[in-house]
Amino acid sequence: MGDRQEDSVEMWRKKFSPPEPAPGERRSFLGALLALGSVCVGGLLSVPLIRFALFPILRRTTEVEPSPVGPLSDFSNLSEPLARTIQTEQLDGWRKSVSEKTVYVTKDIHGQLCVLSSVCPHLGCTVPWVGERSEFVCPCHGGTFAPDGSRVSGPPLRGMDTLATVIQDGQLQIRFQYFRQLVADKEVVG
Amino acid sequence: MHSNAPKEGDASQSAQTGFRGWLNRRTGLDDMLRTALDEPIPGGARLAYIFGSGLLFIFLSQIITGVFLALYYVPSADHAHTTVAYITKVVTGGSFLRSLHSYGASAMVIVLLLHLSQTYIYGAYKGRRELLWVSGCALFGLVLGMAFTGYLLPWDQRAYFATAVGTNAISEVPWIGESLTRLLRGGTEMGTLTISRFFVAHVFLIPACIFGLVASHIFLFRKAGPAGPVAEDPYHPKLQPEPFYPRQVLMDLSLTALLIAGLGVLAFFVAVPLGPAANPANAQYVPRPEWYYLPIFQWLKYWHGSASVIGVLIIPMILVIGVIALPFLDRSIERRPWKRPVAMGAYAFLACGLVGLGLRSQYQDKHDPGIAQQEAKQKIEEQEYMRKPFEPEFSSASLAAANVALADPLAAKGKTVFEAHSCNACHGDGGVGTAAAPALVGVSAKFNPDQLAQLFEHPTAKMTAGGMPPVNFPPDEMKSLIAYIESLK
Repeated sequence: MGDRQEDSVEMWRKKFSPPEPAPGERRSFLGALLALGSVCVGGLLSVPLIRFALFPILRRTTEVEPSPVGPLSDFSNLSEPLARTIQTEQLDGWRKSVSEKTVYVTKDIHGQLCVLSSVCPHLGCTVPWVGERSEFVCPCHGGTFAPDGSRVSGPPLRGMDTLATVIQDGQLQIRFQYFRQLVADKEVVG
Repeated sequence: MHSNAPKEGDASQSAQTGFRGWLNRRTGLDDMLRTALDEPIPGGARLAYIFGSGLLFIFLSQIITGVFLALYYVPSADHAHTTVAYITKVVTGGSFLRSLHSYGASAMVIVLLLHLSQTYIYGAYKGRRELLWVSGCALFGLVLGMAFTGYLLPWDQRAYFATAVGTNAISEVPWIGESLTRLLRGGTEMGTLTISRFFVAHVFLIPACIFGLVASHIFLFRKAGPAGPVAEDPYHPKLQPEPFYPRQVLMDLSLTALLIAGLGVLAFFVAVPLGPAANPANAQYVPRPEWYYLPIFQWLKYWHGSASVIGVLIIPMILVIGVIALPFLDRSIERRPWKRPVAMGAYAFLACGLVGLGLRSQYQDKHDPGIAQQEAKQKIEEQEYMRKPFEPEFSSASLAAANVALADPLAAKGKTVFEAHSCNACHGDGGVGTAAAPALVGVSAKFNPDQLAQLFEHPTAKMTAGGMPPVNFPPDEMKSLIAYIESLK
């Protein structure tokens, strides 16, 4: 296999080994230029990569799509809180989940239309309206709330949470949110 | 770094001071750099030698873009297509990166063929370069493997059917073909296990082999030394050498710059499309492989029945073994192409054969009205899909999924009973359970409808203690409520 000739490459290397590069300015100048060029091109190329990786962080936080509750005319003559089931859509990257939530359309102390979340501010059970007692009674730990959602008795530290409403084309819409439980002040979660 | 530390390294190294000197004494960086850059090239730098570095650059680019694409990709039959659609249609720069990765694969094959042709035509496999050539052949195979496995991952129609045909072709191999196909697919049919396997091969196995082989390829190249021009003796270089740096480095970098510019412009202006999600039931789909597999695709068309052993196994085996064993078979030191008529003839025959097969395949598709029509239709479907906005995937916990399960009207009515009586207050929406009461999902496995009715009327002591009241609804409500609870799975 021509092994007798094997050592010759080393001999050739020695014979032709290039002279120690003269501490020439040209060589180091070229090197610096190449390094600078590479850094610039590399920097330029990394821009789309960084934008790609940071997309979920830099994206304009799209607000939760408002969920329709019903036409305003349905709520013009409210005598007691009215339960409505709404659908909320949550986007998580490339997946979305739709869930149903019960909300109550009622009137606040000033007689204005408002929407309450049915999630108990105590431990998150769903609070039903009990018509016979004219109050909301949480079945879990007995917290009770007035028709406007304010706390009456029991372990909850605050009244039922009101949800942001939007009125568009005579339709009542809300943005459903969850609030921290077991605290006295309303505080958005997530 | 202590002032009393003994002097270390040789004279030239310890002569350096400051950070550079310290780094050098610790790593020998300058020596490594000098070894890398001062490699003498017999006969001097030439444009013909640039392809190897070009390949290294594209491989690097494929690694980087691939790693970034993996930030969003999920290798599973039910998410792969959605995540690639998300990358293509939603994520900033996603279409560009995916196109860069996809075109990069084609560029890799092209530059690889150029590198191989240059080595072959220049007789640069001669002399002490047998293992260098063999490692190059292995790398060629691995790059084709990367292209094959990566092609499936978007899981659109085109990817699915091309891979179905590709893995099917492997089953033509006599004796072990069927088992091999099953092994590749992770079963008899293509499915989510196929994606997992292809993903693991594409992202872990093949890249690991490529890393190892690229390192040994470069090591063997430096060990044997550059072959130089065709007139050079492969064993005893005689021509005046020139160091790799600066002229050859500049030439190599010019190809790299050309590749960056070319791939960048292409990926920016001509996005690689994504078709509709794979639908295995689509019997009309005309699958076609990527261009570099067309010759093999066409070749396999000619071999059927008992003769297929020859076409599918024997001829390709002879070819592959012949190519790998080339430096062992061709021991002459003659490198000038015009003095190697057999070698050049074989090259021309093979090149013409492959190009001819590829063109023939295209020609046949164009002149078969059925296929041409279907291909045009597939292209339109792809364009239509690309124009549609991104559609997020419904999570399985979602309402839509839950409502599908409620096809039974009785159970659907039971759901309204469940909610009207605030059962969900304690047992959660959809009976998933809360802190106050256990989940009802799956109770149908424990209790039949009669037992459930019994429990409703007479709750156990434990249930009563937990706050569960007796349930006495009208019979039709009870019936539907029980149907609903039985449906919760």
